[in-house]
Amino acid sequence: MKSSANKVLLSGNHALAEAAIRSGCHLYFGYPITPQNEIPEFMSEHLPKLKDGGFVQAESELAAINMVLGAAATGRRVMTTSSSPGISLMQEGISYLAALELPCVIANMVRGGPGLGNIVTSQSDYFQSTRGGGHGDYRTITLAPCTVQEIYDLTQLAFYLADKYRGPVIIQGEGLLGQMSEPVELRELEKKDLPPKDWALTGAKGRPGRMLRSLILEEGVLEEHNWKLNRKYKEIEKREKRSESYRMDDASLAVVAYGSVARIAKGAIKRVREEGLKVGMIRPISLWPFPDEAIRKAAEHVSHFLVMELSCGQMIEDVRMALEGKAEVSFYGRPGGGAIPNPAEFGRVISRNYYQKVRKTR
Amino acid sequence: MKKVFERPRLLKPATFHFCPGCGHNILHRVIAEVMEESDFRDRAIMIAPVGCAVLSYFYLDIDVTEAPHGRCTAVATGIKRAIPNSLVLTYQGDGDLASIGAGETLHAAGRGEKVTTVYVNNTNYGMTGGQMAPTTMINQPTTTCSAGRNPEKDGYPLDLSKILSTLPGVCYVERVALTSPANVMKFKKALRKAFQYQTEGLGYSLIEVLSACPTNWKLSPVDSLKWIEEVMAKAYPPGVLVDRKAE
Amino acid sequence: MKLTKVVISGFGGQGIMMMGYALANAVMKDGHQVTLLPAYGAEVRGGSANCTIAISDDEIASPVASAPEFIVVMSTPAFLRFQNYLKSGGTLILNSSLIEGETIREDIKVIPVPAGKWALELGDLRMANCVMLGAFARLTGLVTLKSLEEALVSLFPARKAKLLELNQRALRFGYQTIEKEEK
Repeated sequence: MKSSANKVLLSGNHALAEAAIRSGCHLYFGYPITPQNEIPEFMSEHLPKLKDGGFVQAESELAAINMVLGAAATGRRVMTTSSSPGISLMQEGISYLAALELPCVIANMVRGGPGLGNIVTSQSDYFQSTRGGGHGDYRTITLAPCTVQEIYDLTQLAFYLADKYRGPVIIQGEGLLGQMSEPVELRELEKKDLPPKDWALTGAKGRPGRMLRSLILEEGVLEEHNWKLNRKYKEIEKREKRSESYRMDDASLAVVAYGSVARIAKGAIKRVREEGLKVGMIRPISLWPFPDEAIRKAAEHVSHFLVMELSCGQMIEDVRMALEGKAEVSFYGRPGGGAIPNPAEFGRVISRNYYQKVRKTR
Repeated sequence: MKKVFERPRLLKPATFHFCPGCGHNILHRVIAEVMEESDFRDRAIMIAPVGCAVLSYFYLDIDVTEAPHGRCTAVATGIKRAIPNSLVLTYQGDGDLASIGAGETLHAAGRGEKVTTVYVNNTNYGMTGGQMAPTTMINQPTTTCSAGRNPEKDGYPLDLSKILSTLPGVCYVERVALTSPANVMKFKKALRKAFQYQTEGLGYSLIEVLSACPTNWKLSPVDSLKWIEEVMAKAYPPGVLVDRKAE
Repeated sequence: MKLTKVVISGFGGQGIMMMGYALANAVMKDGHQVTLLPAYGAEVRGGSANCTIAISDDEIASPVASAPEFIVVMSTPAFLRFQNYLKSGGTLILNSSLIEGETIREDIKVIPVPAGKWALELGDLRMANCVMLGAFARLTGLVTLKSLEEALVSLFPARKAKLLELNQRALRFGYQTIEKEEK
């Protein structure tokens, strides 16, 4: 029996809210949408009790993200959360947050789309999160947890990375992960040095006025600004790629999956391993920057990759780009918002791929 | 010799990009003057809109952020909730405030956010070249209603100040026509009052300014002022629309 | 413990979510891995309520149960719907005070527990869920009575100490009454 003394049972949504507050995020702005309403409800209960706490139920996601923009401009930690259709509405603000280099955390508990879709879990917002999402040449760090504990841990990391790199960080949750409860150890992320917020708008007492602007009309200056942003993104790509490797040491087939699909795939891999199939998994934790080196490195001894997603195939593009043709890639996915695959189903798919693609070539 | 007039210290030594006869020139100067009084500047955070006034931060030596088009009062809400004793000013045109930002404006006012808005109404989209705005008056021509605004086709103008003045969260709304030195002083007094009310935590305050746009009205600066008084002020009568403290 | 999945179902107001939360919490206190997944959103509008608990000593892959080993049903609609999901050889525990009719399945074990009747014996029909949970603990051995009693503590604020005590009594009553019947 493992110790459970310091664990509490929390839903993913509660864990996210709890971790945000413990990270010093005492400001929250949001608009109700299923399946993440537990977060604003929790925040509305707890933030007003704090001396510096602020909670506003905004009139729309559009307003919510702009309230986040205002609060972030003052240098304080701030968060909003939503689910797919709401995140679409926020894209305007996210583009401005990236341009103005304002740190904040945005969690998307993804649901089925497009359009209003449904409230069942999905991974169909991968492109939106990892390709910028709004207009302009920018990227957002995107973290994808696969357990409630990881939601708790990555939320703290998200605030740290947002401050470190001055920009919005997205937590790519999923409806399923937000709704389910698991034991969580309320552990603190190690506090590391962060740059001073010498750009924050706090009233210009005793100093010249500061400006935050994204309209850059002077000749050549916007280009310079975009190069500066690009250097930052390159730095993030160098330092912040995160992935988990599972039973890859002797694997001849590698599953690539993230979030809820990764945990289901892990269960499936355990099953097929019992039958002697040498299968492992690479689980991207940061969807952007994408852990391409980990995948490329695996291709040195793995000839076949199987990408599994709860979408019709979005991350597979990043896997293919990472592999640069060094290995064959196949795909198994189902559109989000439908049935949630189970380990038995994944196990059958993995076995089939193994016998068709790997065993036959060896 | 006694100095009777000087450049406000908070007005940066930059040349305005605004057109000759445009109201923004005067308004920026007056904002700088009022900010110098009391401790306003020390606490001030201004939100610049999308439109002609977006470049405020080049002229005013205070903390300024841009907001996406129409979202000034949502950004203001975030700032005010983050720093409750700040002095938050949004500066918005009629397209920004009454069209694309009508929702944000209405709800910030509805919540009674303790922020102040200077609402510059010139009945058209100035920066983009004079298109129809929600404030464009019936029969007034613009580049997207060249025969004049036709209510059948274009709908009716929107007097947002009037609507806002009915809300319990709004403590002060005044409309000023920026046409004479006396009226400029009226604006200055109104802005001072709005800042005072904000500092006292009374609620949302807004000053609408009927402001000239000679370029897009295709009138001379002097004729523009005449047009404000003779035409615009009829549709949007100046005066105090609500003052909860005086009630 | 080998991976075991439990579905609890009934209608809104029967305290289904409380049963799920208490069970998951108690399983955690017993030192096992656990996930709890409620049905959410539009699915729960219109009166039905259900949740899934997965228990294991290994990492739990999916919180969803396609063929659970145990199903607890508190109402007739829940019985009619969920009996079909039960794994072959699985156990259906039903609230026989409310549910009439027989199962169509011949490959499962059915255990009637008159939770409603026993709750009335305790003086409060609202205790049916805890009576059932106590019986469930005894029948399945998936969770200890002690941990269940502790789990309830986190569900009631201090000012509701009396209600907590009543619920804990209901747990013990369900557990012990089933125990007696077995003997």
